Amino acid sequence: MREFRYERPTTVAEAIRAVAHDPEADFLAGGTTEVDLMKDGVLHPDLLVDITRLPLRGVRRNGTMLQVGALTTMEELAADHTLAERAPFVVEALLRGASVQLRNMATIGGNLLQRTRCRYFRDPAVPACNKREPGSGCEAVNSVARMHAILGASPACIALHASDLAVPLVALDAVVHIESEEGERLVPLTQFYLMPGETPDRENVLRHGELITAIDIPLPPEGTRSLYLKIRDRASYEFALTSAAVAVIMDGAVIKDARVAMGGIGTIPWRGFEAEEVLREAPATPETFRSAADGTIRDPFLVPGTAFKVELAKRTLIRALTEVTS
Amino acid sequence: MTTLTVNGTEYPLDLADPRVTLLDALRDRLDLTGTKKGCDQGACGACTVLSDGRRVLACLTLAAQCDGREITTIEGLESHPMQDAFVRHDAFQCGYCTSGQIMSAVALLGENRAGTDADIREYMSGNLCRCGAYSNIVAAVREVARHA
Repeated sequence: MREFRYERPTTVAEAIRAVAHDPEADFLAGGTTEVDLMKDGVLHPDLLVDITRLPLRGVRRNGTMLQVGALTTMEELAADHTLAERAPFVVEALLRGASVQLRNMATIGGNLLQRTRCRYFRDPAVPACNKREPGSGCEAVNSVARMHAILGASPACIALHASDLAVPLVALDAVVHIESEEGERLVPLTQFYLMPGETPDRENVLRHGELITAIDIPLPPEGTRSLYLKIRDRASYEFALTSAAVAVIMDGAVIKDARVAMGGIGTIPWRGFEAEEVLREAPATPETFRSAADGTIRDPFLVPGTAFKVELAKRTLIRALTEVTS
Repeated sequence: MTTLTVNGTEYPLDLADPRVTLLDALRDRLDLTGTKKGCDQGACGACTVLSDGRRVLACLTLAAQCDGREITTIEGLESHPMQDAFVRHDAFQCGYCTSGQIMSAVALLGENRAGTDADIREYMSGNLCRCGAYSNIVAAVREVARHA
């Protein structure tokens, strides 16, 4: 680990100022990605601004919205009763991610900013990684790949966004509060992440010195049924091969409204707008579900190691829809 | 000077170089070697300790962040029934993951998540045992949970 300075300011404004005025500075929250990547030599900030004691913690009900402080831990949010009652798929996604130890450390803001698990990104001994070293190439595209993205990918990068939590949150149109020296701005989570294109090093709309302070989670209408289905190589404590977050409002056997997002397949948490179109006002039948799945997994960018994800992703969504509507 | 509170004792700690993790501070500076370094990258759970009563990984926690927190390590348990159950159920082989397993299991009881064997397996999944003593670990945790 390279040397760095450590500061722990007591106000949000001081923390933002400290990072904003040092281009090599970084915020430190739960540290579960950051400290790990610093040990590996992937990240090397010269200043860490510890924000863990700032008053950005806790869940507040605000009408039909839950406002979650960015420093609320994953375990704390998973224990929220309103969320469990109104949007259980968010709780399911939280509890299927990582381990209790990591969830006690990891924050909601940090979860949304977690770095990819792409092994080539995480290993500085690998020279080619456009995300780590812009312009150096992409080892994953040319070498062994498996836990990688098939949607939103480009020849420059197929790194997967590995968050489970972000999947139901994009389905619910969550909104990110971002604060900087210029003030506050709100960005819908569906517009927060950037696809790699030619610039995989830019993963989201955050600028240096901007801090996520809260996330608004709109609660779906009462009577909404939701489910998070995660498919992985082992039963627990593993990242998704594929996952589906689905929420539906049923009228008998007809789907009145649907929210769909998928994980394990995209360079960003993947909202299934096409699937939602197909499902709205449609009968809950295997044909409807297959058509929703076909609409979601369109024009994948495949390498030999990820080709299996096309059918696996479709079946994941079909099974999630079958279970949530029955 | 940072003050680290471990098992109720306060230790002054010079963190002029803040790269020291809680794990390295415990083992190398405070001579509390019960907490083990397994993967050192947050994957194995061998370094599990309690911070203000919640289980966390000492290898991904900077010692500087623990100023003012109450840290509990395996040395602070003082013959907990879980330790006794691990011995009686032969819930280890090499023993390297054991202090992390026990700290995690003690936290699990406090979280009220040891209802079924499936729950125990799920909520202990952050602690790997390369010797594969899992069935005996589950048996030990189950027994203590039933008598708690």
